[in-house]
Amino acid sequence: MLFGQILGWIFRPPLEGREILKQMQEVGVRSFPVVIITAAFTGMVLALQSFTGFKRFGAETMVGTVVALSMTRELGPVLTGLMVSGRVGSAMAAELGTMRVTEQIDALYTLATNPIKYLVVPRFLAAMIMLPILVIFADIIGILGGYLVSVQILGTNPTLYFRRTWNFLELDDLYAGLLKALFFGMIIATVSCSQGFSARGGAEGVGRATTQAVVLSSLTILISNYFITALLF
Amino acid sequence: MNKQSAAKIRVANLYKSFGESQVLRGVDLEVHEGESMVVIGGSGSGKTVLIKCIIGLMQPDEGKIYVDDLEISNLNEKGMNEVRKKFGMLFQWGALFDSMTVWENVGFGLRHQTRLKEEDIRRIASEKLALVGLRNVEDLMPSELSGGMRKRVSLARAIAIEPEILLYDEPTTGIDPIMADAINDLIVEMREKLNVTSIAITHDMKSAYKIGDRIAMLYQGKIIEVGTPEEIRNSSNSIVQQFIEGKSEGPIKVVDPSLLMMTSRQIRNEVREQRVEKNDGGGV
Repeated sequence: MLFGQILGWIFRPPLEGREILKQMQEVGVRSFPVVIITAAFTGMVLALQSFTGFKRFGAETMVGTVVALSMTRELGPVLTGLMVSGRVGSAMAAELGTMRVTEQIDALYTLATNPIKYLVVPRFLAAMIMLPILVIFADIIGILGGYLVSVQILGTNPTLYFRRTWNFLELDDLYAGLLKALFFGMIIATVSCSQGFSARGGAEGVGRATTQAVVLSSLTILISNYFITALLF
Repeated sequence: MNKQSAAKIRVANLYKSFGESQVLRGVDLEVHEGESMVVIGGSGSGKTVLIKCIIGLMQPDEGKIYVDDLEISNLNEKGMNEVRKKFGMLFQWGALFDSMTVWENVGFGLRHQTRLKEEDIRRIASEKLALVGLRNVEDLMPSELSGGMRKRVSLARAIAIEPEILLYDEPTTGIDPIMADAINDLIVEMREKLNVTSIAITHDMKSAYKIGDRIAMLYQGKIIEVGTPEEIRNSSNSIVQQFIEGKSEGPIKVVDPSLLMMTSRQIRNEVREQRVEKNDGGGV
């Protein structure tokens, strides 16, 4: 329901430029370290694990392909989505929830400002724009992490590793991942903001809204991930 | 006091319930242009609901609300926003935007409703803050202010867009008696300087006598008496008398008698259950 209202307000000028930039910094720039660390270690462990498996039928050189495909198509967007829903979704729900229970949302109405336009639309746009950007970085860092482990620890030939990565990676893989990221961004903002808006009853209510925001947006991301993948398959 | 016959705000036969509980059961109220109306009533009598219906934060189930003879309860979002520009509201706990500085709070309405330049907004914000007796607080954050100062800032924000109508939600609750009296003085001053129509809701009789041209008593979802402070003080209605004198004995029951039979543990459980029910109803 909120999603419909968001779409209704997005195309009505003027957009809150200042708020959008502030939120883009919050969603994008501040989530950067978390996303980078997650991606690096995921790429590294992927290399280790697939090496163990592939060694059994002598296909060690394919590790690069597996890491690149898994990162771009699947783990980059999903793990970024989950990390951001934990970090940013909880913050959105807590902030809007507090504004709700302290009547700040009512105050916005009395100042003839629509809270959906002023609070939700900037968060929605920021998440929608920043998630794909974060995912691009996650993909690159994940692939580099896999490279590092393969070359430095497992002793794979570096040129061969990169060739295997590039030759089998298609732009479609990247697009599929970014499309997912776009959806995940919309999911995080919509779910978290609607939880925040419906918070009732003081600190307890805000706490519940925050938990719900993270749980619901994570679940929605995982479930929709399957269906988006199935559609693009 | 100049009492013109034109009703600035007219509330007719207003009903509002939440689930099982009927909060407003046919409220009728008329507020004249330039008049200061005070609505008194106990906690849970529906004062806040009434004021929130008037400014369109809640939709009444039944009944009509006229502002300048325009019926507002069926307006769309855009029309309602136009009506809201006539209003300024002082919230009980201030409801200041805590991500913004004091002057940005005061200037919020100006920034969003006018095309004024940043310096002008800041200048006007400082003027309005001075009007409520605050200086050199422009760059503080709301969390750095005391309760009384927050109310003053909230009042400054409410008058920044020069509204025709001011609504005060419990203006003196939660602050010390001296600060409360200062707020009362401010409210009187606002009426004299800005010539606004105002509605205040309160259970503080001292405040009601001081700021009200007329006082209306809300009891069990209805206005049971309206009159000047003098008339209310001499009211023959025993409910009104009990309330203004603040006695626990009388026709208004302090607690639900069934609760008296319960142990404290049962009461606690009852309250918890009600809270859970309420939350389940509100959330997703």
